[in-house]
Amino acid sequence: MSTVIERPRSNRWLLWLVVSLAVVGALALMVDDWGQLWKISSAPDNIPIVMMIPLVVFFTWLGLKQSKDNDKLVGELEEDPALAKSHHRKTQPWRPGWARELHVWPYLVRVEFLAAIIVTIILFVWSILLNAPLEEPANPNLTMNPSKAPWYFLGLQEMLVYFDPWIAGVVMPSLLLVGLMVFPYVDSNPLGNGYYSWRQRRFAVSMFLWGFFMWIILIIIGTFIRGPGWMWFWPGQTWDHNRVVFDRNRDLHEIVAGWGLPFLNLYPWKAIFGAVVVGVVFVTGGLFFHWLMLRRRLEWADIKSPARLKGWAKKNGEFEEKLLARTSILQYLTFQFFAITVLWLFPVKLLLRLLFTIKYIWVTPWFNV
Amino acid sequence: MEPERPEGNGSGESGELAPKGRGAGLVSRARAQGLALKERAEAEAKTYKDPQQTQLWKSIFRVSHDRSDPRNRSLAILSNVFLHLHPAKVNRDATRYSFTWGMGGITFYLFIVLTFTGILLMFYYHPTKVQAFRDILYLEHDVPFGKLLRNMHRWAAHLMIITTWLHMFRVVLTGSYKRPREFNWCVGVVLLVLTLLLSFTGYLLPDDQLGFWAVTVGTNMARSTPMLGSEGPFGPQMGMTPFNDVRFGLLGGSIVDSNALLRSYIWHCIGIPVVASLFMAVHFWRIRKDGGISGPAPVMLESEMKAVKK
Ligand code: HEM
Repeated sequence: MSTVIERPRSNRWLLWLVVSLAVVGALALMVDDWGQLWKISSAPDNIPIVMMIPLVVFFTWLGLKQSKDNDKLVGELEEDPALAKSHHRKTQPWRPGWARELHVWPYLVRVEFLAAIIVTIILFVWSILLNAPLEEPANPNLTMNPSKAPWYFLGLQEMLVYFDPWIAGVVMPSLLLVGLMVFPYVDSNPLGNGYYSWRQRRFAVSMFLWGFFMWIILIIIGTFIRGPGWMWFWPGQTWDHNRVVFDRNRDLHEIVAGWGLPFLNLYPWKAIFGAVVVGVVFVTGGLFFHWLMLRRRLEWADIKSPARLKGWAKKNGEFEEKLLARTSILQYLTFQFFAITVLWLFPVKLLLRLLFTIKYIWVTPWFNV
Repeated sequence: MEPERPEGNGSGESGELAPKGRGAGLVSRARAQGLALKERAEAEAKTYKDPQQTQLWKSIFRVSHDRSDPRNRSLAILSNVFLHLHPAKVNRDATRYSFTWGMGGITFYLFIVLTFTGILLMFYYHPTKVQAFRDILYLEHDVPFGKLLRNMHRWAAHLMIITTWLHMFRVVLTGSYKRPREFNWCVGVVLLVLTLLLSFTGYLLPDDQLGFWAVTVGTNMARSTPMLGSEGPFGPQMGMTPFNDVRFGLLGGSIVDSNALLRSYIWHCIGIPVVASLFMAVHFWRIRKDGGISGPAPVMLESEMKAVKK
C-alpha cells in the first residue's frame, strides 16, 4: 500500500538551463536601448506584470509537475488491477494507521495564518520600496502618448488593433467571459476531478492554456511592445515619438480583387466574399478542433518517424473517442462556437494583421470584421 | 494606652481579646479581617494566572482553543463566527500548499487588506475635481504613513488580480470546476470581473493623467456597444447620441469629468465591494455545500469510466 517507487534523478534540468541561458543571451544581444527597456519594465505600474511572468511560469511548472506524478501513478494502476484495488491512489504519502482527515484547528488554520503573515510582509516591503505612481493632474487638453490602460486591461486595448471597437471592446470580452462560464458545462470528461492530471484531460487543459497564454501574450505586447501612437516597437527599441509608419492597410477583398477579380470591390460581392471568408475560417477552425480533440498522446517516437507521425495524425485515440461519445451535441456545438470565435478567429486575424497588414476580412455596410 | 500585641499568628479569636479594651479589639479585628482578605485575594489571583479560566475569556471564546482533544478542536472551528466557514475537518492532503497554492485564500485576504486600507484612505479623500488630486498629494507628503497606506492599497490591488488569475488557473488544472462545482466556477467568473472593475474604477480616483487617460480609453470603447452606444452598430438607429448612450450613463456626462469622478468613487467604495462581498459569501458557502475542496482526490482510471447515462 505504501510502496515507495524509486525514480532515478534526471539531469535534464541542466540541458534546460543551458538552452534558456542561450536564448536569453541571444535576446539580450538584440537589445539596442537598455534604457528604454528599463524605463518600461521599471515603471511602478508595470512591476506587477513583470512579476507575474515568472509566477505564471512557476505555477505552470508546479501544476504540470504534479500532473506528471499523478499520470505516472495512473499508468501504474491501469496496468496492475490488484494494485489499483489496494492503493490509496494518491501521490501523497499515506500509511494504514493515518487518519484521512485532519482537524482544521490547528492544521489548516495555521497554514492560513502563515500565508497571511507572508503576504503582509511582502506587501509592506513592496510598499516601502516602491511608490505608487502619480502623474500630473488630469488634463483633457494634453493627451498622454501612448495612453495606456493599466496592464491587466492591455489585452483588451491591444485587441483594438485587430478589430473594430464594438468587437474588441464589447463582443470579444463578453464571449470570453461567457466562454469561461460554459467551460465546466461543455467538458463532459468525468476524469481528473480534484487532482492534477494531464494524461486524462489533455484537450481541456490545453484549450484553457491556449486562452490563458494568449491573453498574457496580448498583455505583454500591450505593455512592452506598443509605444507612441500604439506602434510596434521591439523591446529595447527606442520609442521615437516622431516615427511615422506607412501601413499599407488593406482589406482582404481588395487584395483578392487585385488578382483579376475587380468585381469584388463592389457591393454586394464585397460583402458576400467576406461572409465566405469568415465561413471558411469557421469551418477550418471547427475541423481543426475536431481533429485535435481526437488525437492520442504524441510520443517522442512519433516525432522521430514520419510514418508514425502520419499514423498519429490519421488515427483517432480510443480514449478520446470515448470522451467524444459522452459529449452531447449541444455541448459539442457550444464548445465549437466559443473555441472558434475566441481561440481561433482571433489569432487568425492577429496574424493576418501583423504579417500581411490586412485590416478587414469582411466588409459590409453595417459592420466590418 | 498600649495596645496589646495579639499572640500567635494573628488569627486569634477576637472574643478572647475583647475584654482588654474597646480600642485594642477594633485594631486586632481589622487586622484579622485584613489578613483573611489577603488570603482570599491570593487564592483568587492564582486562578487569574490562567486567563482562559476567567469569566471574561470564556464569555468571548466560548470554548478552549488549546486543548487537543477532537471535541475541542472541532468546537474551536464551529463555535467561531470567522472560522466556521471551515469544516471541522479536511482532507489531510488539502492542507498542503501544493494543491490549492493557497490562491483563493490569499485573494480573499487581499480583499480584506484592501477594505481596511481603503477605509483609511477614505478619511483623507474627497471625490471632487478640486480636492481629489490635492488629497493624494496630502496623503503622500503630510499624513503620517499616508504614502505607505496609498502604496499598500495600490499594490494589494495589483496583487489581487494576479492571485485571482492564478487561482482560476489552479482550479482548471485540478479539474475542480467539474460536477458538482460548475456553478461555483461561474460565481468565480463573476468575481473575476468584479475584481477587474474594482481596479478600474479605483484607477481614476487620483485624478491624474494616468487615470484620466486610462478611463478615457476604456470608456470610449463603450461608445461602440452594439445598440447601446452612439457609435456602435445599430446604435444611431436606436436613437443613441453621445448624450444618452451607455457611455454617458457610465460617466454621468459626455466627458470624463466631475460626475465621472463621483460615479467612479461610489462604484469603487460602495457599489462593487458590496456586490463582490455578496458573491464571495455565495462562493464560500458553495465550497462547503459542494463538499469542500475538491481534492487532492484519489485518481480515477480510464478503465473505470462509466458509460454515459442515456
Ligand atoms: C475575488 C475572487 C475570488 C476569491 C476571494 C475566491 C476564493 C476562493 C477560496 C478561498 C476558495 C477555497 C480554495 C482555494 O483557496 O483555492 C475557492 C475555491 C474555488 N474557487 Fe474561488 N475565489 C475567487 C475567484 C474565483 C474565480 C475567478 C474562479 C473561476 C473562474 C473561482 C472558482 C473557484 C472554484 C471552482 C473553487 C472550488 C475549488 C475546489 O473545490 O478545489 N474562484 N475560491
